[in-house]
Amino acid sequence: MSEGLVTASYIGATVLFILTLGGLSNQETARRGNLYGIIGMTLAILATVFGPQVSGSLSYILIVVMMVVGGTVGITLARKVEMTQMPELVAILHSLVGFAAVLVGYVNFMDETITFGTHAEKVIHEVEIYIGILIGAVTFSGSIIAFCKLSGKIGGSPLLLPARHFMNLGLLIVTIWLGTLFIQQAETGGGTFPLLIMTLLALTFGVHMVMAIGGADMPVVVSMLNSYSGWAASATGFMLSNDLLIVVGALVGSSGAILSYIMCRAMNRNFISVIAGGFGTGSGTAATSADEEQGEIIAIDTQEVAELLLDAKEVMIIPGYGMAVAQAQHTVNDITKTLRDKKINVRFGIHPVAGRMPGHMNVLLAEAKVPYDIVYEMDEINDDFPDVDVSIVIGANDIVNPSALEDPNSPIAGMPVLECWKGKTTIVLKRSMATGYAGVQNPLFFKENTRMYFGDAKESLDAVLKIIQSE
Amino acid sequence: MKIGVPKETYTGEKRVATTPEVITWLQKLGYTVSVESGAGAQANFSDDAYREAGAEIISDTKALWDSADIIFKVRAPDDNEVELLHDGQTLISFLWPAQNEALMQKLAAKNINVLAMDSVPRISRAQKMDALSSMANIAGYRAIVEASHNFGRFFTGQITAAGKVPPAKVLVIGAGVAGLAAIGAANSLGAIVRSFDTRPEVKEQVESMGAEFLLLEFEEDGSGEGGYAKTMSDEFIAAEMALFAEQAKDVDIIVTTALIPGRPAPKLITTEMVKSMKNGSVIVDLAAEQGGNCELTVPHELSVTDNGVTIIGYSDLPSRLPTQSSQLYATNLRHLLTDMTPEKDGQMVINMEDEAVRGATVIKGGEITWPPPAPKLSAAPAKPAAAAVIAKPEPKKAGPVKRMLPIIIGALVLFGLGAVAPASFMAHFTVFVLACFVGYMVIWNVSASLHTPLMSVTNAVSSIIVIGALIQVSSSGILLVALAAFGILITSINIVGGFAVTHRMLQMFRK
Repeated sequence: MSEGLVTASYIGATVLFILTLGGLSNQETARRGNLYGIIGMTLAILATVFGPQVSGSLSYILIVVMMVVGGTVGITLARKVEMTQMPELVAILHSLVGFAAVLVGYVNFMDETITFGTHAEKVIHEVEIYIGILIGAVTFSGSIIAFCKLSGKIGGSPLLLPARHFMNLGLLIVTIWLGTLFIQQAETGGGTFPLLIMTLLALTFGVHMVMAIGGADMPVVVSMLNSYSGWAASATGFMLSNDLLIVVGALVGSSGAILSYIMCRAMNRNFISVIAGGFGTGSGTAATSADEEQGEIIAIDTQEVAELLLDAKEVMIIPGYGMAVAQAQHTVNDITKTLRDKKINVRFGIHPVAGRMPGHMNVLLAEAKVPYDIVYEMDEINDDFPDVDVSIVIGANDIVNPSALEDPNSPIAGMPVLECWKGKTTIVLKRSMATGYAGVQNPLFFKENTRMYFGDAKESLDAVLKIIQSE
Repeated sequence: MKIGVPKETYTGEKRVATTPEVITWLQKLGYTVSVESGAGAQANFSDDAYREAGAEIISDTKALWDSADIIFKVRAPDDNEVELLHDGQTLISFLWPAQNEALMQKLAAKNINVLAMDSVPRISRAQKMDALSSMANIAGYRAIVEASHNFGRFFTGQITAAGKVPPAKVLVIGAGVAGLAAIGAANSLGAIVRSFDTRPEVKEQVESMGAEFLLLEFEEDGSGEGGYAKTMSDEFIAAEMALFAEQAKDVDIIVTTALIPGRPAPKLITTEMVKSMKNGSVIVDLAAEQGGNCELTVPHELSVTDNGVTIIGYSDLPSRLPTQSSQLYATNLRHLLTDMTPEKDGQMVINMEDEAVRGATVIKGGEITWPPPAPKLSAAPAKPAAAAVIAKPEPKKAGPVKRMLPIIIGALVLFGLGAVAPASFMAHFTVFVLACFVGYMVIWNVSASLHTPLMSVTNAVSSIIVIGALIQVSSSGILLVALAAFGILITSINIVGGFAVTHRMLQMFRK
């Protein structure tokens, strides 16, 4: 295959990848979009393999063996994963992209055969290698920590080292200094040592960055790492002078960046403060509203929950991370079906940061076969709450906290929330009276029209389901 | 313990203090229930229905009173019933201790406990046992039903083949529970509803029920303790009366619900106002029992004035919807008893630390414990709410220099880069910048529900890095080849895993 044909295939692949992302704009075209992605990837790989840059039978054997082994591992992972574990899977896959970027960068650096026309080109190439490895290493270690946090292998609470901002700043300065050192030494064929040190520092930085971020901020971290993996691919593209990599990396990078922005906006926090770590820790304003005497809660039993649901005309279900933890999505779907059969309008209200990654709740509900046209975004349904007879909050806390709107001193002030208290009755399913990730007491629980239904979400809902099915 | 529910003896009283449905709940609390034969007949609950629910039917009144530990009643007991009470018994009913001092003395002479349903404090937690609110709700609804029964026209406006019918105009004075219920009922019949109350904080509630809130050009807050109204100043009353006089000429129906606890009802509708009303108009005076808000009201009776205005002074409106009011009252009783039976073992505990129970208990062990100390919390919104509305400073508009700054910086960086970088780099850089823009445009269209598939597919796509590793696998040097081969391995995991899991997820999204 000639150089021209390879480039033509790359252009085709690029267009297909853009169509892939475009296809995700709605559910009907999404599956076709994924197919475009697969075709694009196949095209790009085949063009490269049969192109002029790959030669020798050993190369072909290695490629086939590695791809078969890797593919088998990949498909097994994809088949086995529980939908509730999606955030972990996405995180670990991100780490692979980061790792690959590091590998490709090192190989490229060590390859002596590459020649350059001008001195400037050589310097730029070295900067590209340096940046590619840097981003790759941060993505790699950050994703590993994110994976451990999401899968509960290490605790979700933020680790806040003293003077962590200065530490990060110091790391940045040292990295830049090492970069100049690397370029100077690479002139004379050296530079391995600064490159290795920088890689270690980047790995440390990735670990430290994600360790400092609390559980509720995980959606931002996951989408940010998604973005990084894209930038890593893009940097690799510059290094290899390969436009396909540059384009795809930029697409993925901007996708992750936009997701991060959407998540931050949904929490009314700015990106820097999320990344800098800790939630409501530094400000010291959290205490004022949390310590206040809030009044009394009204508990409710299974029978009454069932009766409330059966008497309602409009029901809104607000799922949170608690639903994922209790694996209650199938029961929720059964309840939805039963109620809909009884001509009760059931809808779902999804807050953008519900769960541990963007769109987490949608995937869980889809897994349980909840029809997606009754699942609404916060902005779509927030004005409808006055007409809702019963809202059920399942294992969510901060995303339904009225103090975000009512208490200017609250650490979550200004965060958009689902205004379920404007409906007639709100039932809150909860294990205990513990506070959410933000550590803020929730005045919703003490409202007159709120009923607390304590217990494990799945067991409680199973009991409710039994009663409404027998009615 | 055993609960006895006697038949009400007051003339015309149709309510009963428990229903078959509530009996099943009481049994779950560990109580046994006996009902006097025929107690629920006028409220459409037959003896058989009670029996089916598990209650014992006793036809002898004395036997019922003797055997019970707790007596549920609606009306306060009359002299005969007081005689029937025995040592250690507990009576729960309406009592009005402020108005019935003699009865209180008689009850206190016996060694009994008495809980007055009208004395349940107005705190948020006790709303479920607030029988006054339940009854007021029914009275408000029934007031409109009585009014429409005596009103010669439609409530709703219609344009028919036989001509145009104007809608009725209803004025509801006092927007408490009864007033709001009346507003709701009148509004759903299609009338134009207006309402007035001395407490400005109810404006929102009135408007939420579909009525227009009449405002006085006057600054005075009539909110008293516990969410009730208080007496207003003379100037305020003068302005108020002027408003009513003006409204009386215009409206067809007036429902008055103005009450101040422990005082005779304020006279709001004067004889002149009634005279100025149209022939066929109706006044329903819900305060009739306390003397009436209208000067011409005859308590307990329906009267018609010389100019054809019907004035309804019935004091038994809840009893006129006996099934409904029995249901709600019985449920209020059940909630009270649930709170008083912490162990659910059928043993009632009068816990004087419990604010709701403390308020309701007017006699304990033969000693008068009324009035209770003032409740701590009001059902009305607390004052500090106003403090929360801090004027937010208008976000400063960034000056033109500040807005242009990122663009200027961007331009400078680009020029700086162009000055030093070779052409080949700039070509790649063009592609990079354009790709970022394409990504930006495309991603904003992605549906929020597909964010997780988006992440997994972008993850698969970013494994395009595999191309770098594929090229490098043909390098010379065993280390380079090994590293590149390892790169292919891990990116393959990613490519296949990413696409497969995306596919799996997308399969699940169904209508």
